[in-house]
Amino acid sequence: MLRYFAIRLGRAMITIALVVTFAFIVLRMSGDPAQIIMGPEAPPEVIAAFRKAWGLDDPIWLQYFHYFGAILQGELGRSMRDGRSAIELVTERIPVTLALTLPALAIKIGLGIPAGIYAALHRGSLADRVVMLLSVAGFTIPSFVLGLTLVLIFAVKLGWLPSGGQDSWRHAILPVITLGIGGAAVLARFTRSAMLEVLGQPFIRTASAKGVPWRDVIVGHALPNAAIPTVTIVGFMIGTLIAGAVVVESVFSWPGVGRLLVVAVANRDLAVVQCILLLVAATMVTSNLIVDFLYGFLDPRLRQNAGKAS
Amino acid sequence: MSAALLTAKDLSRTYGSRRGLFGVITKVRAVNRVSFSIAAGETLGIVGESGSGKSTMGRMALGLEPPDEGEVRFIGQPIPASGTPAWRTQRARMQMIYQDPLGALDRRLPVTAQVQEPLDIHQLGDSANRPQRAQEMLARVGLSVEQMGRYPHELSGGQRQRVVLARALMTRPDFLVCDEPVSALDVSIQAQVVNLLVELQAEFGLAMLFISHDLRVVRQVSNRVAVMYLGDFVEEGDADDLFAEPLHPYTRALVSAAPVTQRMPGHQRLVLKGEPPNPANRPGGCSFHPRCPFAVERCRAETPALVSVDQGSGRRVACHLIEPSASTLRKAA
Amino acid sequence: MPLLVRIALLWLVGMVLVAIFAPLISPFVYTAPNLRNRLVPPGTLPHILGTDELGRDVLSRLLISIRISLLIAFGASIISAVLGTTLGFLAAYFRGLVEQIVLMLADFQASMPFLILALSVLAFFGNSLALLIGLMGLFGWERYARISRGLAISASAQGYASACRQLGASPVRVYLRHILPNIASTLIVSMTLVFPEVILLESGLSFLGLGVQPPMTSLGNMVGYGREYITRAPWIMLSPALTIVFTTLAVSVLGDWLRDKLDPTLR
Repeated sequence: MLRYFAIRLGRAMITIALVVTFAFIVLRMSGDPAQIIMGPEAPPEVIAAFRKAWGLDDPIWLQYFHYFGAILQGELGRSMRDGRSAIELVTERIPVTLALTLPALAIKIGLGIPAGIYAALHRGSLADRVVMLLSVAGFTIPSFVLGLTLVLIFAVKLGWLPSGGQDSWRHAILPVITLGIGGAAVLARFTRSAMLEVLGQPFIRTASAKGVPWRDVIVGHALPNAAIPTVTIVGFMIGTLIAGAVVVESVFSWPGVGRLLVVAVANRDLAVVQCILLLVAATMVTSNLIVDFLYGFLDPRLRQNAGKAS
Repeated sequence: MSAALLTAKDLSRTYGSRRGLFGVITKVRAVNRVSFSIAAGETLGIVGESGSGKSTMGRMALGLEPPDEGEVRFIGQPIPASGTPAWRTQRARMQMIYQDPLGALDRRLPVTAQVQEPLDIHQLGDSANRPQRAQEMLARVGLSVEQMGRYPHELSGGQRQRVVLARALMTRPDFLVCDEPVSALDVSIQAQVVNLLVELQAEFGLAMLFISHDLRVVRQVSNRVAVMYLGDFVEEGDADDLFAEPLHPYTRALVSAAPVTQRMPGHQRLVLKGEPPNPANRPGGCSFHPRCPFAVERCRAETPALVSVDQGSGRRVACHLIEPSASTLRKAA
Repeated sequence: MPLLVRIALLWLVGMVLVAIFAPLISPFVYTAPNLRNRLVPPGTLPHILGTDELGRDVLSRLLISIRISLLIAFGASIISAVLGTTLGFLAAYFRGLVEQIVLMLADFQASMPFLILALSVLAFFGNSLALLIGLMGLFGWERYARISRGLAISASAQGYASACRQLGASPVRVYLRHILPNIASTLIVSMTLVFPEVILLESGLSFLGLGVQPPMTSLGNMVGYGREYITRAPWIMLSPALTIVFTTLAVSVLGDWLRDKLDPTLR
């Protein structure tokens, strides 16, 4: 068990290191990092100071270690637009994004998982087919199309809700629904197939053959086992809480992290982009780690031969 | 043997298998200091139960697997390391026949294309003539013209093994390793394929290492036979002599267990006791002693060497109970 | 073949034909503005699907957009399949360190949202069609790599690959002539599963204004520009939006069907 966690933790570290390496390589390949980080209008002495502080005249491997060290200390440069610290710019947007993604996550889980379970338990029924159809639609309809369709109906035609902006809670309704529905469809599909797989297992048939009431079989045996694959996808969704709303935020002009990223990319504001990239990586890795730990508790097989699980 | 085509000297191969990530490594000695030689045109049969190391030996003879100790020489030269260009070139001269012909063939290609492939690989002959040469070889092994365009799964087991044989012979090799070539086939088909193999061996002047657990087949094909038990040669000799008068208790048990049409009068069936051999758990001393009905104290303590017992026929036996140069079993120590 | 699959196939064949012949069948030049005919609603001849804010013919723009979007999606899918399969084969052949590195990169790729990685690269390098196709070509490679590695390892352990090796064939020959054809059906199925995601990704990037750049147009681009006129001229964005949805849906239906047909072991 301990070894299992240690391996997962090691992998998480490696992923973070890879992201930092990725950022380092891309940064070096795209031009003079001092100029890029400090902006084109930075005076020469600032550039020189930056070069010295970041050791840009050192050999490349040394620079790599310095870069690593700087990032570990939270030195992520300044935005070239207003000179504010990139990390500050990004962190103040996080609650704005979470105001969309957290309620959306609640919709995904609250709608997707029960729908998936229901569809699996009533396999082949009308409800099952409707859930499957919706889940395929949820997978194939891009979020900007869904969002704009909702805008067209509820803002333009019916005039019930605002089409964009962040002035009141009513502004959040359409983006939250857009984010929630797509995710709920994916989650329903996952839960359904996980559930169907578990229901086909011999131990379920054994339990019901032994005379255990069907409801107890479902609650006591099927659900906990179906939870294991479902936890993975929920974990991935938690990992995208910060960065998963890039497109939807743009559709609804919602000034969150995603919007900041798009604007930063368009303006080539690299310090901000790099900061968001690392933040996203850290969130993803953390949520993966939590999922892995949950796995360890949920799956007794994993507990036993943790060493073999690669 | 002076005109040896292939010689193996003190071949050993040990596999390590590990339990868990940091578990203890269990060593399995699959082949244990085995020496033999094969002359051009000669067949050495290898007999043994599963787990006796006979397949590993076949793979080492081809250089597919490197021995941990010892050396294989082909026409006096050491076999190059597996996968090197020199090793790949040498494949034209030594080939292998497999137990499962369906597995050994690519199910996505018609058989003629596969039989032609050795010529493509080794750039032999005019590329325009290659399909024709492949068809000639397929006809030689007994396939009809119509079967030549088929895919492996459209042929019967015997036909597939004929295809594998044809493919192996395309480059006119000197040496063939046959690893249980007929044991996956129907008994009625086995004889046909074995006969074909014997014919082809004479026609192409092949030397063979013929590995099988089936004594009758080995006897039919081999000039000489070696019996393996847990990685050791326990007995080796002329095929007819060895089967007529097995010396080692294990050979005797094998021979007496084999179904024969008529049993010699006074020939007793020798039934083995105990567990079948487990290479991961080799007993000390003579590895056969836990199952040997004649085992004595010495057998538990001391490993017998494979020694010549009869200079004339080249018979070698590894047993404490056999007197050198006397082909009788000493009944009591 | 079920009816739904036939319809999907028909739609996709139509899309491919449109992509090939787009410049020939476009009624107007897709970039030609006509300021007297701005925001003409659909159904008004000669503009069947209407015109946009500059009076450009929406149908002509749609046809060219399909061409560009499919070009990117096909190009990217092929790059990613070739890249992934090659890395998977290398991992299977060399094992050891090479395999560990490939698997580590695959893990990394799978655990990061690709949109964010793609956006960062675009931020650092700016934009061009070639870069965009190349960047999209990095999407999904890890799936091909994992699949081809796994299948190649099991194929090497099987008779035909080792038999071929014993014939003296070079590794390149064993992998390309024998193993690749044997696992091709599985790879093709995975391609149909990745393809819709590539279309969605490209259209998403273009919608954000960070993918295909004007004057060139793509489906996502059209939706992005149409958004500005959603109250006055929703038709500008509706036809490309529907095209995206139908196309991804068709590929998904076809992919699911192929998977059940060819390779039930996948997913």
